[in-house]
Amino acid sequence: MSNLFIPMTVLLCASMIVAGLMSIWSKRSLPIVMLSSGLVSLLASVQYLLLAAPDVAMTEAAIGSGLTTFLFFFVLSRVRGGANG
Amino acid sequence: MVKSFSVLVLLLGIGAMFAALLLGYVPDSELNQTARYYADKTASETGAANIVAAIVVTYRGLDTLGEVTVLFLSAAIVGLVLASGHQQGKMRHAQPPSGELLVIGVRLLVPLILLLGVYVFINGHLTPGGGFQGGAILASAMLLLLLGDPLRTFSHKLIAIVESISGLVFVGMGILGIFYAGGFLDNRVLPLGTLGEVFSAGAIPIIYSFVGLKVGAEFSSMLANLSGTEEL
Repeated sequence: MSNLFIPMTVLLCASMIVAGLMSIWSKRSLPIVMLSSGLVSLLASVQYLLLAAPDVAMTEAAIGSGLTTFLFFFVLSRVRGGANG
Repeated sequence: MVKSFSVLVLLLGIGAMFAALLLGYVPDSELNQTARYYADKTASETGAANIVAAIVVTYRGLDTLGEVTVLFLSAAIVGLVLASGHQQGKMRHAQPPSGELLVIGVRLLVPLILLLGVYVFINGHLTPGGGFQGGAILASAMLLLLLGDPLRTFSHKLIAIVESISGLVFVGMGILGIFYAGGFLDNRVLPLGTLGEVFSAGAIPIIYSFVGLKVGAEFSSMLANLSGTEEL
């Protein structure tokens, strides 16, 4: 466990930074931005799980990566519907 | 130039602060006094297998009441702000129908997600999770329903009734604790039961279930307000 802990943490943090940069710099499409910002939360929840905080991990996964991402998509569909109509 | 330089300096400063924190970090070799108390006494005092749930609902129950109140206030304010954009009747724009995949997937997934949410808050005192997580999962099922059919309307009345009853039961159980147990929100109103069973830990499963319903209803009311608003 302790052997794997540091490499896993470094890997998770690196991918979180990459996903965060992707969500800032991606100019191509909004869905990619939303998905990568949800990915940051998902990786953060895995990190919380590694740090032995399953309750916090669950909250992060349910609210940060589930509800918020869904909410962004819902609002996006509303905004597009309004623009077309 | 000056702007990007100052941003760089700011980032370096924050990095230095965090580096100092990280380099000076010494992991504790043993639990501190408060944590030791919780680790030793939770099982015998509250009968809850999940120490975090015991802390959230019983030891720090007043904080949870405050959090639920803050959530209620924000839901109420969202309703207040969005209420002006509400429209009666069918003046809503016709929207492009959702995809076949989404509609079928919603039908399959929503009951499962609801079941998971209820499981998470009913077992809050045994396994990780609890009212807030379960409530958020319930609300994400509602959001999925809205994504599948954007014209769907939820009954505001039902949401309001569920939320009010949950809040009343939460505070009511707390007040019962004053009279029949050690104090406000004491969970020993009901028998503690055997550690690790569903019907154990006194009032914790009941309070946590109603917190879950309340949180789910509050998020759902925000979503229902959001979806019933024309101007977004």
